[in-house]
Amino acid sequence: MKDLDPFVFLMVFQEMLGPVLWILVALALFGLIGFAVVFLREGKMDSRRLVRSELIGVVGGVAALVLAAKFTVSGFTDAGGPVDWLLVGLIWGVGLAGTTILAYAVQGLLPCRRCG
Amino acid sequence: MMNSQFDGRLGRRDLLRLLGAGGVAAGTGLMLPKQGQAATQIAGKGAKIVIAGAGAAGLSMASRLAQRLDGATITIIDGRKAHYYQPGFTLVAGGIKSKDYVTSTTAEYLPKSVSWIEEAVAEFDPEGNKVVTASGKAVPYDYLVVATGMKLDYAAIEGMDMNRIGQDGLGSIYASPDAAHATWGAMSKFVEAGGVGLFGRPNTEMKCAGAPLKYTFITEDRLRRAGNRGKAEIVYAANNKALFSVPIVAEKVRMLFKDRGVKTHYDHVQTGIDLGRKVAIYNTPNGPTEIKYDFINVIPPMRAPDAVRNSSLRWQEGGFAADGWMEVDKATLRHKRFANVFGVGDIAGVPKGKTAASVKWQVPVAADHLVADIAGTKSDAVYNGYTSCPLITQLGRAMLVEFDYNNDLVPSFPGVVAPLEELWITWVMKTMALKPTYLTMLRGQA
Repeated sequence: MKDLDPFVFLMVFQEMLGPVLWILVALALFGLIGFAVVFLREGKMDSRRLVRSELIGVVGGVAALVLAAKFTVSGFTDAGGPVDWLLVGLIWGVGLAGTTILAYAVQGLLPCRRCG
Repeated sequence: MMNSQFDGRLGRRDLLRLLGAGGVAAGTGLMLPKQGQAATQIAGKGAKIVIAGAGAAGLSMASRLAQRLDGATITIIDGRKAHYYQPGFTLVAGGIKSKDYVTSTTAEYLPKSVSWIEEAVAEFDPEGNKVVTASGKAVPYDYLVVATGMKLDYAAIEGMDMNRIGQDGLGSIYASPDAAHATWGAMSKFVEAGGVGLFGRPNTEMKCAGAPLKYTFITEDRLRRAGNRGKAEIVYAANNKALFSVPIVAEKVRMLFKDRGVKTHYDHVQTGIDLGRKVAIYNTPNGPTEIKYDFINVIPPMRAPDAVRNSSLRWQEGGFAADGWMEVDKATLRHKRFANVFGVGDIAGVPKGKTAASVKWQVPVAADHLVADIAGTKSDAVYNGYTSCPLITQLGRAMLVEFDYNNDLVPSFPGVVAPLEELWITWVMKTMALKPTYLTMLRGQA
């Protein structure tokens, strides 16, 4: 375990997640592009929509932890030391950030007036 | 517009911070140094290289030499078509992975430019610079890499019958993926019924000396999770006075065994088994003794395959001579008496590690010396004995134990992943990250 290059890193995630990896990659791309489109179109961030997205993001963070538990045949309850808690935090953070961006993009793209 | 300036600033800052967190997560993996990149190809000058054995070490060597040499003839000799990911055997026997997880084919990892003789090596003739295959075909070489692996000497345990693995509480995880899977079946029954679970290790060099310990811990945790720990006694019969060859790790394991209620015997060398009476027989300093079991994980003595043992490649004296391990320099893996011969992987008679991690760090060193010989230059590559043992201590946690020839701990992630701490991240590495890393090693990409 002395090294991990990007290729190995990708293979590790493929091993862990299988086809779900590609669904997550697709969602991430859709979220990022959608976010960019909405931001460029509007020329500013909509704070109400952002706060709402962040709330959804909190749930996304929890979902990321559930996914991690499922795919590692273990879970954050097995955390045994500081680096484990850091990892739990990172997984939650990535889930939160990803879901927030995705939710912001979806709300901005949907033709829904109440969605901001 | 509903958003105030305050809301907008806070939101932007939060978002940027969140994006930053994601970036760090992706960055930790990407920024780690890439190791073992293929160097520029050099002229192979028509050198004939023979690799004996197409396991982890043989395939890694074939891939690496094929990448580095242009115009050399590389031949690999091995009769087995299946490739086994052996670090996964404990996971199969622990009910963590399926049998398919460890089985693939040799062909899928073999570089196109390498030719494959699908036979076993029957004889080594280093004086005549040739090997002889099982069918009697002589294969001459300029350079030889011996990567035959080892022999599981089940015959040395009196009364042992490999066909009965999986029945009557008899487990043995090393024999094959099927045996590992059958062992899981036997262990599952034991977890339900309880009784005495008996573990231990042989009194020879062995593959991954952490595996017997891992399997003890996994069985103990399975019992605990099934609510049947009280119905079972777990016994570990160590072959000598220590639970692991690295003292600091042995002490840690001793403490963990105490914590988990594992009863330990020392100086117990298994010599036989009575499958009918369910009794294991040991030699001890006080004479022969028996221990009754309801489930046992038999680990046979491990020795060099006959072809190496019967050749002049073996150690002539010292601790590695009796079992026929190959006499190589521990820093370069070059044979001490035949300069054009290298030994990598399990067959190498070196003080530490018969693991995939050892292979990963041995092969680039031996390959570098071999390529330098062909190029007429010198290599200063040195193998320091690095090996790694992600020691599972319960389902969901493991310790990332890494050490070298000196019994020094050499953690890959110092200050982050503590070597003697039971961690979830190490479990995730062992069960998820190691196989992809291993496969890239076979292909010479890492």
